[in-house]
Amino acid sequence: MDFFHTIIAILESTIRVSVPLIFAALAGLFTERAGVFDIGLEGKMLGAAFAAGAVAAVTGSVMMGLLAAILISVLLSLVHGYASITQRGSQIVSGVAINFIVAGSTVILGEAWFRQGGRTPALSGDARFQTVTFPFADAVRDVPILGPVYSDLLSGHFILTYVAFLLVPFSWWVLYRTRFGLRLRAVGENPGAVDTAGISVIWLRYRAVICCGILCGFAGAYLSLAMSAGFVKGMTAGKGYIALAALIFAKWRPLNIMLACLLFGFLDALAIRLQGNPLPLIGQVPVQLMQALPYILTVILLAGFIGKAIPPKAGGIPYVKER
Amino acid sequence: MSDIAIELRGIDKSFGLVHANKNINLTVRKGTIHGIIGENGAGKSTLMSILYGFYQADRGDIVIDGNTVTIKDPNAAIANGIGMVHQHFMLVENFTVLENVMLGAEDSQILNTSISKARVELKRLEKEYALEVNPDALIEELPVGLQQRVEILKALYRKADILILDEPTGVLTPPEADHLFRILGQLKDQGKTIIFITHKLREIMAITDEVSVMRRGEMVATRKTRETSVEELAELMVGRRVLLRVEKGAANPGDVKLAVENLTVRDGRGVTMVDNVSFNLRAGEIVGIAGVAGNGQSELLEAISGIRKAVSGKVLLNGQPIDVTAHVDPRELRDRGLAHVPEDRHHVGLVLKFEEAENGILGYHHDKRYLNGVFLNTKAIQADAEEKIKKYDIRPPNARLKTANFSGGNQQKIVLAREMERGPDVLIIGQPTRGVDVGAIEFIHKRIIEMRDQGKAVLLVSVELDEIRALSDRIIVMFAGRVVGERDPDATEGELGLLMAGVEGRKEAAE
Ligand SMILES: Nc1ncnc2c1ncn2[C@@H]1O[C@H](COP(=O)(O)OP(=O)(O)OP(=O)(O)O)[C@@H](O)[C@H]1O
Ligand SMILES: [Mg+2]
Repeated sequence: MDFFHTIIAILESTIRVSVPLIFAALAGLFTERAGVFDIGLEGKMLGAAFAAGAVAAVTGSVMMGLLAAILISVLLSLVHGYASITQRGSQIVSGVAINFIVAGSTVILGEAWFRQGGRTPALSGDARFQTVTFPFADAVRDVPILGPVYSDLLSGHFILTYVAFLLVPFSWWVLYRTRFGLRLRAVGENPGAVDTAGISVIWLRYRAVICCGILCGFAGAYLSLAMSAGFVKGMTAGKGYIALAALIFAKWRPLNIMLACLLFGFLDALAIRLQGNPLPLIGQVPVQLMQALPYILTVILLAGFIGKAIPPKAGGIPYVKER
Repeated sequence: MSDIAIELRGIDKSFGLVHANKNINLTVRKGTIHGIIGENGAGKSTLMSILYGFYQADRGDIVIDGNTVTIKDPNAAIANGIGMVHQHFMLVENFTVLENVMLGAEDSQILNTSISKARVELKRLEKEYALEVNPDALIEELPVGLQQRVEILKALYRKADILILDEPTGVLTPPEADHLFRILGQLKDQGKTIIFITHKLREIMAITDEVSVMRRGEMVATRKTRETSVEELAELMVGRRVLLRVEKGAANPGDVKLAVENLTVRDGRGVTMVDNVSFNLRAGEIVGIAGVAGNGQSELLEAISGIRKAVSGKVLLNGQPIDVTAHVDPRELRDRGLAHVPEDRHHVGLVLKFEEAENGILGYHHDKRYLNGVFLNTKAIQADAEEKIKKYDIRPPNARLKTANFSGGNQQKIVLAREMERGPDVLIIGQPTRGVDVGAIEFIHKRIIEMRDQGKAVLLVSVELDEIRALSDRIIVMFAGRVVGERDPDATEGELGLLMAGVEGRKEAAE
């Protein structure tokens, strides 16, 4: 039974660490499907986490924190949009620049405003997201198997966790069942077709980029308002890149994205669990190896097991009509 | 109600230094088919894209049904009843036919309702115009002929009254082109106005009511089709008299340069495309391979030139075997005197992002002439490019321009110059004049015959039967991957046509 509880605990933390990945990967899904590659997910998430932590600390309201996160993240997205859509610059350079600027300025501003070594003040009460407990969670905990699954695995997460998982089918619906989604996918494949069909390529891509900003805002807010109680410098710790790997791994499809993020989250949870606990036969597994595993897995699986991941055809290329 | 559908007044457009349209005036009558012809790069596509709102004119007015309108984007053009089938299709390849037709004209935010409506309307259009195509097929799985249908359906779905077709027949087989012309006739009978761009003067004579000629960005003439002739149009286009028939003396065949024995080639799906083909090619002769597109000619060329592995068979170049069933090094083939002008210049012949001069030496860049030790000798490359530009009249004459910025005909000349100027023993050419204007065709044909007269062996593949007949000393006809006959160039078009259709020569006599 102890083994079972260990499993439940690992799965529970899998869900916890997957949530920001899901938000960020879905964010990437929207822009990349529209043909704007975004290596700046990391920076946007970090900026959002900082804004959320700072505003929640000052106002004492978690909702204000969330709004600030979305606002900052959308602004950063618009910068990326302006550079890569309007000015037709390199999408990679613009994304990398955003990552660097945010990494630096969050530390500087954090130190200037709060003087806690780049942290924002610890949050409590209404300034932080609370967990949601499902009805009868305590009552059924002792039911074998299903009890812990219901009470510990499904119940007791933050509201944003449920939002993230609901966003998966919702994103699928938007992309594949609405006019906006049809056009968005089209503009990522052949902007010329969209343009000659009488739709503005620029405006469509900006809308996609804004969607990305909103979702990255959620990812950042989750980090500093839910998973932790406040912002810590560099707290995204490469999650933006893992989300990008998940996006490629999932071949730019919403449902696959959720599975990929859960897989990467699982590896992460396992790594935490294994720290200091040597495995039978193998012995101590280096932390670094566990942390590199998502990337290694992406490379290996893409190289042979899941076939080619074909990115949106017009991805990364600015739309230029007149040369 | 006037009988004029479109009037363009003083349209002017420049792309950077390229003055693509110079003060263009054009009047198109309602309910007519109006042809537009002109050399490669004359500005035809640009002018039509301005009418469709894809580009903005620098100056000038567009008058539709008597009202001056501003067409600031394709949306405005669509609202004014204009539809356009672009020279390079504007389709989303991994979408279905239905999704492509609907895109931009969906009538609600939620797709399901739009889809069912579009399906009904599409069925109706397909019936009315005999434009059958499976609405649920993916575009990338359709042959080009059907992709073009989708483009036409897109325009009709948006209720276009004025339909612009930019070189629609370039990608069609003769029966497909005939089918298209029937549809255009039907649209005309319904009172729709059609603007039709082509390089094929025969098509102009066959289906248009009026024809306008462009040259180097200017509109030089408009004629009633029945009051003009192919000769006059060709002359107007190029600005000088054009030889529509190539002059050529008798061939003087020498040794066998290329021998193909029992060659069999399969495509990626394992379908046999070339089936046990054998023939000889001698020095000083041109052998033409005729056939409807898709009967194995492309694969034959690819196998001989080392792009595609053959399953079995032998190829001898100058008496020495080429290992066609294993990996062939194209560089080795070049060194042994084989040059290849591929059918698909965009994907195989050129790197569009390179400068003209760079493409001019592609594949020959190991040559000492172009090298300074391990570095490229840019001076020599530049000089070499300028020489070719002059000799082949490549326009604009700028070796530093990106190849993508040359028009199709001029891109073709870049490839031809590169391969022909090396003086190879054997020259293999696929579709030498696809999408190329009459002036350039005359030039290319002359060069091919010159090569022959210098004692080179030329293997020519073309879907243009006229071209095959005009150039070849012997004609080999392919059908379903097999050689179904060999004829002299004076064989009648009917005879060759029957062979190409897979009907045996014997039956021809019976008919
Ligand atoms: N988007 C563009 N940017 C820059 N230059 C362009 C662009 N489109 C066309 N041009 C240039 O404008 C000129 C006219 O080109 P256009 O495509 O209109 O010719 P065309 O008459 O349609 O030729 P073709 O018969 O080869 O299709 C050419 O010199 C071409 O290189
Ligand atoms: Mg054109």
